[in-house]
Amino acid sequence: MLSRTADNLYWIARYMERAETSARFLEVGSRIALMPNAGEGYRNEWDALLRAAGTADAFARKYGDAVQRNIESHMFFDRDNPASVAACLGRARENARIVRTALTTQVWDAINTAFQELKGLERLPRSEVSIARLTDWTMRAAALVRGSIEATLLRNDGWDFLNLGYALERADNTARLLDVKYFVLLPRVEFVGSGLDNYQWTTLLRAMSVHRAFHWAYGGEVTAAKIAHFLILNPQCPRALVTCAAAANTHLERLARGYGAVTEAQRRGHALLAALADLTVEEVFDEGLHEFLTRIIGEVSALGAVVHDTYLSGDQR
Amino acid sequence: MAGRQTRNGGRVTAYFNEMYEDGRVRAPYARLEDWMRHMPAGLRSLKQAEAEDLFRRIGITFAVYGEGGDPDRLIPFDMFPRVFTAAEWARLERGIKQRARALNAFLVDIYQRGEIVRAGRIPARLVYQNEAYEKAVAGIRPPKGVYSHIVGIDLVRTGPDEFFVLEDNCRTPSGVSYMLENREIMMRMFPELFQANRIQPVDAYSDLLRRTLASVAPAKCDRDPCIVILTPGHFNSAYYEHSFLADLMGVELVEGQDLFVEGEFVWMRTTQGPKRVDVIYRRIDDAFLDPLCFRPDSVLGVPGLMDVYRSGGVALCSAPGAGVADDKAVYTFVPEMIRFYLGEEPILQNVPTWQCAREADLAYVMDRLPELVVKEVHGSGGYGMLVGPKASAEQIAAFRAKIAADPANYIAQPTLALSTVPTFVAEGVAPRHVDLRPYCLVGERVELVPGGLTRVALTEGSLVVNSSQGGGVKDTWVLAE
Repeated sequence: MLSRTADNLYWIARYMERAETSARFLEVGSRIALMPNAGEGYRNEWDALLRAAGTADAFARKYGDAVQRNIESHMFFDRDNPASVAACLGRARENARIVRTALTTQVWDAINTAFQELKGLERLPRSEVSIARLTDWTMRAAALVRGSIEATLLRNDGWDFLNLGYALERADNTARLLDVKYFVLLPRVEFVGSGLDNYQWTTLLRAMSVHRAFHWAYGGEVTAAKIAHFLILNPQCPRALVTCAAAANTHLERLARGYGAVTEAQRRGHALLAALADLTVEEVFDEGLHEFLTRIIGEVSALGAVVHDTYLSGDQR
Repeated sequence: MAGRQTRNGGRVTAYFNEMYEDGRVRAPYARLEDWMRHMPAGLRSLKQAEAEDLFRRIGITFAVYGEGGDPDRLIPFDMFPRVFTAAEWARLERGIKQRARALNAFLVDIYQRGEIVRAGRIPARLVYQNEAYEKAVAGIRPPKGVYSHIVGIDLVRTGPDEFFVLEDNCRTPSGVSYMLENREIMMRMFPELFQANRIQPVDAYSDLLRRTLASVAPAKCDRDPCIVILTPGHFNSAYYEHSFLADLMGVELVEGQDLFVEGEFVWMRTTQGPKRVDVIYRRIDDAFLDPLCFRPDSVLGVPGLMDVYRSGGVALCSAPGAGVADDKAVYTFVPEMIRFYLGEEPILQNVPTWQCAREADLAYVMDRLPELVVKEVHGSGGYGMLVGPKASAEQIAAFRAKIAADPANYIAQPTLALSTVPTFVAEGVAPRHVDLRPYCLVGERVELVPGGLTRVALTEGSLVVNSSQGGGVKDTWVLAE
């Protein structure tokens, strides 16, 4: 497969997943904002959200105040924000258009339809579009793309590159979403375990659509330890870091078998998975949740860079 | 709806209507007349919407250079097909193949001994001082002696047996994806039409194209050749076509950045390392092919490509330099080429053409601007063109000044009475002017699928069919015997 084609496929997946995450960020934010302000840490919840999403500075430059309406614009409609839903969908479609021949009609259709519908949403008066509608629509559009990939695409190396993109982006995004919690509730120990604390954790679960699943898996009280375990270490959770690392490994191994060559990408993938698989939640908290997440975001990004150098750049001789 | 009379530049011209002649329906359209008559009132707009939806969903859109606006604009598709009988087509086919052969013989000749110039049959200036003449390939004989592997010949019809060649496209004619998709969509929407009429299929085109490209693999290729399509990228207006053809043939669609030269060969960058490429169907202009040989600022091409080409390591389709043959000034000499290389009389006629470079011609043209069509020698896409009878006095005056400033850049032709085919319009069905572009494949053999792209001028009375100027497309049928 052409390296550039593999690169386009990989980025279709990354942008689709990122669009979904931006919508999830919006949802977390809007729910947290419904609660009274804790009064400490970052100025408000929306600001915290922007910090975790990594776009706080760009936002401040363009909009100034972190009020809901501006955040909606920034996270959903604003094409100047590379992580907005509109920007991600636009790029996913652009990448898909370039590699139409590597996609089935159904996959193209799902991506293209999402793009056309987005144009429709952009034309509506803003007073008519609620955050709930925007986030629901985004998740449905993303699910349709994902579903048509799983249902119709040939299981060749292209499929592996798509899934690799999804796995790495999701790992990054889960880590970032978890980190929102850190930014919202800066070290004020007395809040830990309070009703507010639990509400925030629950909101996070909701935003990742794993709220009910969490209760099935753990039951009882919502605690920080349980949630961290669920979202980082539990292989049953579809968004857990360990699940993402395992998926990345599966597809890296398929590539190695198909191409008959084990590379640095496989070695790094294994190392990441092994580190997560052996970890306990106590160790995570000992290191500090924020510090741990920052480190993982760095490692996932390093793995992405190795995948790029090995397969996507075409520089391998 | 008999042959319509139109007042045209002070003269009355009759247009040949391909469906109705002397008030009677011509035989190939007999069943379509029935179909049209019995189509329920609401069905047409429904089907039209369905067709547009299909086009948009499969992504056939057309971006027009320099117009800005919606890059996802559709070329209007007209559902009323254009029909040829087997006998009409047989003659066209012979004429088209004859022309494609002569054009290739001409190209091989002028890059070698130039016999046709030595024989005085075409002026040396027109060949060797032609902008499209590539000195860089002089002396090279490409595999199988083919320069132009896909020849698009634009034809217009003025009567039952009168066809004229408007121009030849020897480089990389586009539009063939419309020929294929128009058929696909018609078959999906109106299967009953295909049961009632015996229509020859066109879908062998991609197989024939693949075979044609494989047949011109370079001397150094000792295996099943690796074929790729080289595109300028997804911003190009014909990108859809490039990816569509790559998909149909099962070959990679590459950009310049995906290729590199090492040793004696061209390689593409793949996820498994470099892979050797043997045949490149390039959809970029000569000037951009190789920055080391042509335009140094080109980022679309592949540095060193021409060295590999010259040493027989890769085949380029069309071969660099093929553009000399489709120049509008060289065009006038194509009948001469047919006589010179093939020893045959041309089956298809040229449109009489005045070269503004010649003084006598120039005087004639300036005298009669309001009745002529004037074109730039190197123009295409309907740009830089004057249709005298349709132009205002100011437009004519402006063009007169342009011609006076640079006569050699212009040719002129009589305004042809382009035939019409019934077309769906807001008020129902009405005749609209059409042309035809068949795609002739030249490799080890010369092949032509029975069909082509019919372009239609959707505005009443308009003679400009270019999609960049608001033209549409139709499915083109060739009936079986």
